[in-house]
Amino acid sequence: MARSSTRRASPVLLGITLAVTIFTLAPMVLSVTAGLINNYSVGIRSGFTLRWLQEVWSVYGDTVWRSLLLATSCVVAALVVGVPAAYALARSRSRWMRLFEELLTLPVAVPGLATALVLILVYGQMRGFRNSFAFILVGHLVFTLPFMVRTVSAAFSRPELETLEEAARSLGASFRQRFFGILVPAVMPSITAGSLMVFTLSVGEFNLTWMLHTPLTRTLPVGLADSYASMRLEIGSAYTLVFFIVVLPVLWVLQWIVQLFERRYGNR
Amino acid sequence: METGDFASAADAALPATRPKAMGTGQSTRVDVEECAKTFPDGTRALLPTSLAVEAGEVLALLGPSGCGKTTLLRVIAGLESADPGGRILFGGEDVTARPIETRGIGMVFQHYALFPQMTAAANIGYGLKIRGVPEDERRRRVGELVDLVRLNGLEHKRPAELSGGQRQRVALARAVAVRPRVLLLDEPLTALDAKLKESVRDELAELLRRLHITAIHVTHDQQEALAIADRLAIMQAGRIVGLGDGETLYRTPTHPFVTEFLGRVNRIERDPAARSAGEIRLGDAAWPCPPALSENVAVLVRPEDVRVGPAGTDGARMTVARRVFLGERVQLHLRPAGMPDAATLIAEVDRDHGVRNGDTVGVSIAPERWMPWYEEQA
Repeated sequence: MARSSTRRASPVLLGITLAVTIFTLAPMVLSVTAGLINNYSVGIRSGFTLRWLQEVWSVYGDTVWRSLLLATSCVVAALVVGVPAAYALARSRSRWMRLFEELLTLPVAVPGLATALVLILVYGQMRGFRNSFAFILVGHLVFTLPFMVRTVSAAFSRPELETLEEAARSLGASFRQRFFGILVPAVMPSITAGSLMVFTLSVGEFNLTWMLHTPLTRTLPVGLADSYASMRLEIGSAYTLVFFIVVLPVLWVLQWIVQLFERRYGNR
Repeated sequence: METGDFASAADAALPATRPKAMGTGQSTRVDVEECAKTFPDGTRALLPTSLAVEAGEVLALLGPSGCGKTTLLRVIAGLESADPGGRILFGGEDVTARPIETRGIGMVFQHYALFPQMTAAANIGYGLKIRGVPEDERRRRVGELVDLVRLNGLEHKRPAELSGGQRQRVALARAVAVRPRVLLLDEPLTALDAKLKESVRDELAELLRRLHITAIHVTHDQQEALAIADRLAIMQAGRIVGLGDGETLYRTPTHPFVTEFLGRVNRIERDPAARSAGEIRLGDAAWPCPPALSENVAVLVRPEDVRVGPAGTDGARMTVARRVFLGERVQLHLRPAGMPDAATLIAEVDRDHGVRNGDTVGVSIAPERWMPWYEEQA
């Protein structure tokens, strides 16, 4: 969309902006390019190829789907657990609930490695669980849940939401009817925003996952670390490119859904 | 009061063959018995209060903010529980223990509380849907209500797309759709701008008469209460200090708060000399005191009861210290002639009254217009 500016940017500001942009984008461009050329040490002269991309896909293709599945499951679990929890937090006036809310955000501050270690110590003996996909899901849920609960609980706490609930009660609506029929739709923009955040965090999560994973439950970021550590630089770079190609469109679609909900329900 | 288009629209929606089709069919009396409300932090928002609202009556709970009127309404609605000992009865049935969901009330909220994701029609039909009314009947009834509140053509708009007045009408239609026993209105016009407020107010008053529904209406606006309600309960500091029809309360108030809250009033102190002389004095200005008020230490008179004529006519000689043009009337701040530091008497006269700033005038007050001032009970 064309935009005209009535103010002239100062050359100094423009210079700073350009410098920062180049500083941030250059490594990304370099990495993507590295994944598309024959030999990184020789440079572009060695010619372009899709060989590395194919190799990544054959060796690590499963991690891409697993990461997407994990992030999706994590969003579903965070919705099922987080939205009712957010409501309970928003409506409770007890001091203990405030304390609980503080505790809930702890896993964000505590290093993922520590959380993972505790999970392994506690559940490590439960072999079936330990080796399953669900084990990593639990780890991700512990880490991402605060983002869902905080976002949605803030929305539930708005005074007009309390009045909406009273209005539904005055019309005879049971708790179920008003929760699913009135309150959840009214906080939908926050729920979608929370979901987007949970999805994004889960897709990129490395610390926890690296500790929790088994060879059969490897995710994309863990695979990426593995490829950089044990394979050619070109393969690692091609892997990063795969990440962009697969994950960015998903994020864009999610972002679009969030905006759609905001347009529909946002303005009261 | 003018009924305008509204009456004809309501007539069309309420054919003679189905009288009171929109209301409950039978109005319900409401009794509040010794209801008090103490909040967990110890605040006594409502002192033990009793109140009877006749079937089909529109009662206004009127008072300044923090007087307990909203708390009383919420106790009647079942959104707050009264302190132990208080009872709420609807048509003789004790509903104190009933939650709001089954109390059979309809409620209109201050900011309407319309469901933002639903259309106007879906909002109106929500209560019917909850009650499992079949869809075709629901649609028919929502249609009737849309006609009644004149929302035709706006049924499929969402609240965000409606004006303040239209939202208010959706909120009202939604509340009466379920044929409540009692309609509760919490500051229903406060969110509207001043100009719109007046027309919506008259519509609301007319609609409540047509529905013949028992209604309790909370407001801090005296004009609104006088225009809509059959009776007013004036509240101050958690209790009802005046109860009656608006005109009686206005003309013969029995509590100082009622006098001062309903309209503006001049208060004139009477020292022993004035009392023994049988006069009401403001500086040099003096008026004969009606015998009934001869012992009162202070008396009251409303600005519109102060008659201002040319100097030299009957009455006390006073000077116009300030003339304020208010549109439909003119307010005059009067001081006894030659006493620029004396207390002022406020008078309100017709907008065509020829008096100017600095004029000396004759001020008279009919003996029956003086009202007694009561020492407020502790």
